[in-house]
Amino acid sequence: MLHRFANPGQFLRLSGRVLPFLWWPGVLLTAGALIWGVFFAPSDWQQGDTVRIMYVHVPFAWLASAGYFSLAVCSFISLVWRHPLADLAAVELGPVGAAFTAVCLATGSLWGKPTWGAWWVWDARLTSVFVLLLLYLGHIALVRAFDDPTRGYRAGAILALVGVINLPIIKFSVDWWNTLHQPASIGLTGAPTIASSMLWPLLFSAIGFTLLFAAIVLTRTRAAVMERRIRGLLMAKASSVAEQESVP
Amino acid sequence: MTHLPFIVAAYVIALGTPIILATDAVFRARRAKRRLDAIDPRRNRGEA
Repeated sequence: MLHRFANPGQFLRLSGRVLPFLWWPGVLLTAGALIWGVFFAPSDWQQGDTVRIMYVHVPFAWLASAGYFSLAVCSFISLVWRHPLADLAAVELGPVGAAFTAVCLATGSLWGKPTWGAWWVWDARLTSVFVLLLLYLGHIALVRAFDDPTRGYRAGAILALVGVINLPIIKFSVDWWNTLHQPASIGLTGAPTIASSMLWPLLFSAIGFTLLFAAIVLTRTRAAVMERRIRGLLMAKASSVAEQESVP
Repeated sequence: MTHLPFIVAAYVIALGTPIILATDAVFRARRAKRRLDAIDPRRNRGEA
């Protein structure tokens, strides 16, 4: 199953069919959810309108962690099965995940200033998300640090797998330590502690941004597959020209 | 609306970043496809 999609032609055909179902629903859901969140959802009795930052901050926080988990899965597949597409997907996931983590930190800071009175505090949640950003940046640097790309992919994959330990720390930091950041309002078990008038636009926004994240990564991976094919063809062409020239 | 500059700044960053990433990804894929179509004989024959 995995090796079926290692075929670049197969991947390009399949991803080309899937992409329209990611881009358009992603754009429409995100736009609708944000209009709902900004203009129609109620303000918070304590925080006022600053709670509207939640409709962008929370999806980016979820995607920062989910993106890193995807990076770790690609790295595992790359190390175990030497799947070339997993290498390319991991390389393309890194910058997108890093950008989403940076947006999570920036929007959190913009929410923190009016709510806590500080742009930044070194509490466990904020610090562990900052470490996540450093892991992403480390991965981006490491996969590009070697002349032989395969060695870079291996080193990046090991870093990504070691860094997975940070994901449960991010998730449970608000429970394990006394943090300024609030505990989770939505969990897999138990009812959410957030009003449904705020929960629905938040969920739609999260789904919309998730589809956009997937569309961006898939489009970048398609481009990387085609660029690799171009390099291969140009090298083959150059070596055949060199061979012809060497024949007396 | 209270704290409007904070809300506007958060939305500009949160919408601007995916827009920049998406635009870059789409143009990069289009550029690669055009180059590949130009040099790959199999694609020119409609085989891939």
